Amino acid sequence: MIDPLAHLPVLLVVVPLLAAVFAGFLRNGTVAFALSLIVNWALPAMAIVLLAQVLSTGPVSYHIGGWEPPWGIEYRVDALNGFVLVLVSVVGALIMPFAWRSVRRELEPDRHAWFYCMYLLCLTGLLGMVVTGDAFNAFVFMEISSLSTYVLIALGRDRRALLAAFQYLIMGTIGATFYVIGIGLLYLATGTLNMMDLAGRLGDAAAVQPRTVVTGLAFLVVGISLKLALFPLSAWLPAAYAFAPSVVTIFLAATATKVAIYLLIRLLFSIVGPSVGFAVSPVAEMIIGLSLIAIYVASLIAVFRLDLKRMLAYSSLAQIGYITMGIGIANQAALTGGIVHLVNHAITKAGLFMAVGCIVCRTGTASLTELAGIGRRMPLTMAAFTIAGLGLIGAPGTVGFISKWYLVIGALKDGAPWLAFVIASSSLLTMAYIGHVLEVAWFRPTALALAGVNDPPLSMLLPLLALAGATIWFGLDTSWTAGIASRIADGLVGGAAP
Amino acid sequence: MGRFLDHYNYLITIFLMMAGLYIVIARGNMIKKLVGLGIFQTSVYLVYLEPAKIIGGTAPILDPAFTVYSNPLPHVLILTAIVVGVATLALGLALVVRINEAYGTIEEDEIVGKDPDA
Repeated sequence: MIDPLAHLPVLLVVVPLLAAVFAGFLRNGTVAFALSLIVNWALPAMAIVLLAQVLSTGPVSYHIGGWEPPWGIEYRVDALNGFVLVLVSVVGALIMPFAWRSVRRELEPDRHAWFYCMYLLCLTGLLGMVVTGDAFNAFVFMEISSLSTYVLIALGRDRRALLAAFQYLIMGTIGATFYVIGIGLLYLATGTLNMMDLAGRLGDAAAVQPRTVVTGLAFLVVGISLKLALFPLSAWLPAAYAFAPSVVTIFLAATATKVAIYLLIRLLFSIVGPSVGFAVSPVAEMIIGLSLIAIYVASLIAVFRLDLKRMLAYSSLAQIGYITMGIGIANQAALTGGIVHLVNHAITKAGLFMAVGCIVCRTGTASLTELAGIGRRMPLTMAAFTIAGLGLIGAPGTVGFISKWYLVIGALKDGAPWLAFVIASSSLLTMAYIGHVLEVAWFRPTALALAGVNDPPLSMLLPLLALAGATIWFGLDTSWTAGIASRIADGLVGGAAP
Repeated sequence: MGRFLDHYNYLITIFLMMAGLYIVIARGNMIKKLVGLGIFQTSVYLVYLEPAKIIGGTAPILDPAFTVYSNPLPHVLILTAIVVGVATLALGLALVVRINEAYGTIEEDEIVGKDPDA
């Protein structure tokens, strides 16, 4: 008798992979949707059971094909990636009911089945990147998710979507190839690809061949930074988010960059360890510097954008800056803030993009100039946008406040009060662009073109309201988010995996 | 100098790598960009394969007559990477076909002229 609980790590990857193949073969949009819905609702249950298991009994190690690590590929789930698995799968589950109408509105009928095929494949790649304990295996999953992402972006109706997909393909492939070069150099220095094994051997290798290890680390950090869109390696992101179908934008904003950030945390804290990595190279200072530029420059650009999708895309760049800031400061409080913001930004940005998706579905435009008074026409949608927007700004009582609180404490503990001031005051820029949208939506006379517009059907509204609710819930009760994140940060700053 | 000549294969690899990356950055023609990307990716295969080859080593077959083996793992890894590279190139070319249908050109500067905010 096979115990399914013992195989959860691999099932998280195999189930969506098989479902993707079936969805592609079925060629029927409705059936593909039903299959995708079932899979997407099963995955969070599996991920949550796995995380509960990890939190109570410690890391789970799964040997693919029964081969012992470090020779075979190991799937290793600890608190950090168990947490990210739950995040990715829950976002996937929330998006599914929204996808039904949004896909029918924005995609041609003969492409629906292919859409769900590519979506499930992308999910497979992202979950695989998170669950694997093998550095090269992570590359393969990275490419599975990236290649399907390029297709998903190219499904956008505007011809500029094709261009965005092509530019992302070039940048993404360069990033992934840098990652491969980095892994290759570390493999040359240590002779292993297993992440835990690498962590054990890298210290000695760095003493013998410091140049190989530092060069490898540099390639890895730059490669992953391209994937997670750390400013200025983020040129691909705004166009990709702006022209992709709404569902794809929500999904990418909430999961794809987050998974790449997870990989950076895994690399810097679990594999290289602050003792080796931060000592031999100025990684931390560079990440802090670039994060600061990201927060200010991207927020400023967002202030002057009138297209909602583009505005939120630039805002994503800034928010990624907060997360990497936590990684760069690298003490327990700041890292907690970074990991919490990983979740909080996924919640708020998924909510904001979903509200924009509802608006696009009802009005056909995301341009702020045509949406005056939209709040009176779509009150529930814009109420959710307002709550998620306040979460993004970091108003007390919302999730954004929690992450900034930890980041500010982290900066103060690091002996950098100026950094704490800069983090706190950057919220004003966020307030500027979110405030602009709220002003147009609530306080301007309703545009005539919006006369027949009303709130979207429940299948789109419920996921949106759930995200808005989560923005407040996790702003008040932080035991699930900040509590677990703090435990993870304890383990990471201690050097070993929790 | 001798040390450099001993490692001439690495010099060639690095040259190919930089040439590929330069083509990707400098060329506006999308097909040429993909060619550059292909050269860049292929050069990385060499980074893995060259150190794995041991001069005089055989394939890793257990036999008392042979004692020196080449490392098989990098070859297996690169087989995977080649598949990924082929998929990337195929998808890239498919996108270029679609872009050509939509814009009537595959030169990046001409496309920017048609869609200024792309």
